Amino acid sequence: MTARERIAGSVANYVDERTGAAKWMKKNLTKVFPDHWSFLLGEIALYSFVILLLSGTFLTFWFDPSQREVIYDGSYEPLQGLEMSAAYASTLDISFEIRGGLLMRQIHHWAALIFMAAIVVHLMRVYFTGAFRKPREFNWIIGVGLLTLGIVEGFLGYSLPDDLLSGTGIRIAEAIIQALPLVGSYLAFFAFGGAFPGEAFIPRIYTVHVLLLPGAFLALITVHLMLVWYQKHTQYPGPGRTEKNVVGYPLLPVYMAKAGGFFFIVFGVTAFLGAVASINPIWLYGPYTPAQISAGSQPDWYMGWLDGLVRMAPPLESYIFGYTIPWNILIPGLIVPGILFTGMALYPFIESWITGDKREHHILDRPRNAPNRTALGVMSLTFMLVALINGGNDIIATTFDLTINQIMWFSRIGIFVLPPIAFVITKRLCLSLQRADRELVLHGRETGRLVMMPHGEFVEVHEPISPEKAWLLTQHEQNPPLALEESDLRGVRRPGVLKNKLRAHMSKAHAVSVPKATADDLKEIEHH
Amino acid sequence: MSNEIEAIKDPGLPAHVHRRTDTDPKAAKKAERQVAILFLLSALGTITLIGSYIFIPQDVFIFFPVLGNTNAHQLFLGLGMAASLFFIGMGAIHWAKTLMPDEEVIIQRHEFRSPDEDRADFVKAAKDGAAAAGLGRRSLIKRSLGLSLGLVGLSPLILLRDLGPLPGDSLTKTSWKTGTRLVTDPGDRPIRPEDLEVGAVAQTLPEIAKGEHRKLSDIAKDAVLLIRLRPEEFNLDAERLSWTHEGIIAFSKICSHMGCAVALYEQQTKHLLCPCHQSTFDVTRAAKVIFGPSARPLPQLAIKVDSEGYLVAQSPFNEPVGPSFWERSS
Ligand code: HEM
Ligand code: FES
Repeated sequence: MTARERIAGSVANYVDERTGAAKWMKKNLTKVFPDHWSFLLGEIALYSFVILLLSGTFLTFWFDPSQREVIYDGSYEPLQGLEMSAAYASTLDISFEIRGGLLMRQIHHWAALIFMAAIVVHLMRVYFTGAFRKPREFNWIIGVGLLTLGIVEGFLGYSLPDDLLSGTGIRIAEAIIQALPLVGSYLAFFAFGGAFPGEAFIPRIYTVHVLLLPGAFLALITVHLMLVWYQKHTQYPGPGRTEKNVVGYPLLPVYMAKAGGFFFIVFGVTAFLGAVASINPIWLYGPYTPAQISAGSQPDWYMGWLDGLVRMAPPLESYIFGYTIPWNILIPGLIVPGILFTGMALYPFIESWITGDKREHHILDRPRNAPNRTALGVMSLTFMLVALINGGNDIIATTFDLTINQIMWFSRIGIFVLPPIAFVITKRLCLSLQRADRELVLHGRETGRLVMMPHGEFVEVHEPISPEKAWLLTQHEQNPPLALEESDLRGVRRPGVLKNKLRAHMSKAHAVSVPKATADDLKEIEHH
Repeated sequence: MSNEIEAIKDPGLPAHVHRRTDTDPKAAKKAERQVAILFLLSALGTITLIGSYIFIPQDVFIFFPVLGNTNAHQLFLGLGMAASLFFIGMGAIHWAKTLMPDEEVIIQRHEFRSPDEDRADFVKAAKDGAAAAGLGRRSLIKRSLGLSLGLVGLSPLILLRDLGPLPGDSLTKTSWKTGTRLVTDPGDRPIRPEDLEVGAVAQTLPEIAKGEHRKLSDIAKDAVLLIRLRPEEFNLDAERLSWTHEGIIAFSKICSHMGCAVALYEQQTKHLLCPCHQSTFDVTRAAKVIFGPSARPLPQLAIKVDSEGYLVAQSPFNEPVGPSFWERSS
């Protein structure tokens, strides 16, 4: 035994005698993780969060979350002598006076963008592969929660420096609060400690940004990871992989080294972006004042879709009995996002209601094998994309020499027309991919080599695919739609017919597929 | 699926293929060296970081092709930091990929559903617990507990009441009064009609006493835009026309949509444009909305000149300025 092994042994002994951890550790250190690049997306989100904690804490040492007015006398000449809030002045100081301060600000902001992007793409991976199915519905809901909180957290962070751009964002948030029927103006006055902008808002959202929400993130992420750990990771289909096993690399040492290494890579890339790519140069915008605005004001991309929806909203407002209901704010700002996010959170339950499938699933779907789900996902993404495009309509207009009018009408019509089109196209695409899979299994791969048959005809040589590939292309289940009787045995119509009809209809749509190739099919071909 | 159809069989996990580093000690040695080089690059990065922190002054700018004029201090600090982190990661992953065992292993899953007897025991324990507490029988306790928990839940709402004052008439009133002078923003100079040429725009605020400080929350309601057209260009009813003075018309600068500053004026079309969501207002027709999401024109401020020839408000705004809210009556 080497000295090192002896030390490791006695540490393990010390800990185990006090906690009885050995049994648990033994079980967990031999845990196995399936490997796939798309499983790194969640990791990127996790690591960016850690980077946000570290860089954010650095910023808190100098950031002064106060809207008290000060006269700027720092080293950035164009703003010297100007009145501004202490929040803005201290952000200028972080950028120009504190060594490494600008770097940290930019790392923090880039990490926020990467965090949000990773969450969104991770969520897409989970959706399109059906990883949200039983038993992982809780984690799906936690994920939707993290996405929602991330949007809020990012918006609050963006608002802290109190520059002209972020103040404009706060103004818009205030208008959304104020638009709420009945309680809006009260809530707005409570949130802002009086009339907009007041002096209370930034100190308040600061507490939320650095304490409340990071705490909530930490709690949610912990539960999220504990569930992943306990339920074990899903795996992509392939030879040797079943619903009952996990095929992958052991935690120690490979997975640990790869995951740990990957953290440093993400941090390194973020630092590189912070070093070379300027982001949110607040000194160019100037301090916030409600009477001014910087042209082409843009929120971060994860808010852009919301801005796009607000921009395309029709100019509708109702006046009823002397009260005002501003639909042009409520619909795009609250109602549509509310429906979208609730629908997203409930999707696992909706799908299992439609399919009647209550079993556990650990093998992921290939997106083509769930055409309805895939099409619905692409449809939602199309909706978001149109909204996002409209959120940048001024920039797009100047870049591509269009008028804002054209883009606005494109979006107003497109938001209704394009998503259904995307649905239909995607579904067809999935089905033709299924057909191609079937062909591939039955007739093999085209080689491009031609041979002449005895009777003079040319045919292309097909090479059979490997048994592994054939398995991959045929391992999925193809379940028939639910059989829902409209009436019971005595011919009496059951209650909830309409609901059942809807369910049967959706179940049928969900089960549409090209029959996969079977061993019988193959045998039949051989006979010919 | 019926059972008669025979599915294609799972061929099982393919045999493990060894890497060169597993079989060839030379390749393994080479991989080891590569890992070490990556770790050393990281160390070099940290040294760059420390060196830049100490030796590069904060006011040196250098020109780079893509980046433009860049602050050298912050650039090299960042590049050093990036390298110090990135190469640790690369080293670790290269190590894992070339030298750590890469054999895939299989472990079994267990079902999450607990065995039936455990579930039965659990249900029984829960039932027994509830029965022991007697919640089902003692409805008086149940109801009063429900009431008190509900009230406790409400108390944060009470405790948060002092977050802010009630709105009162704050949303409906601005600082503009009959006879308030319009002064330039910035500058606080009163304005005579002659100061504005046809086609010109001026940002204004209500005059305040010397030494008094403007609150941002006042500016957020008081900001007014003056625009001068030729009087014949107006397309206004008689009342609105009487609110203008020699072609000068005044609108609230706070967008009637969500309160951004309506800052862009197009001289040719005589349109005001809000950069936030592109609501567009026609100045000649009392700021009627001609495009975008805003549902209301910008409120117009009636103006005239006072005895000294300066522009003043004829009267306060006749409607609330800024974004809509519930209590707004039209
Ligand atoms: C998921 C988590 C987070 C997100 C998405 C996020 C996002 C942001 C963004 C976009 C900014 C504006 C940066 C700029 O361009 O100036 C910001 C500022 C700030 N954040 Fe965060 N942040 C997160 C977590 C944290 C944490 C955990 C802390 C502290 C413990 C923190 C502290 C700060 C501070 C002090 C500022 C203002 C200073 C400045 O803007 O330079 N943040 N945040
Ligand atoms: S705030 Fe002016 S258009 Fe929305």
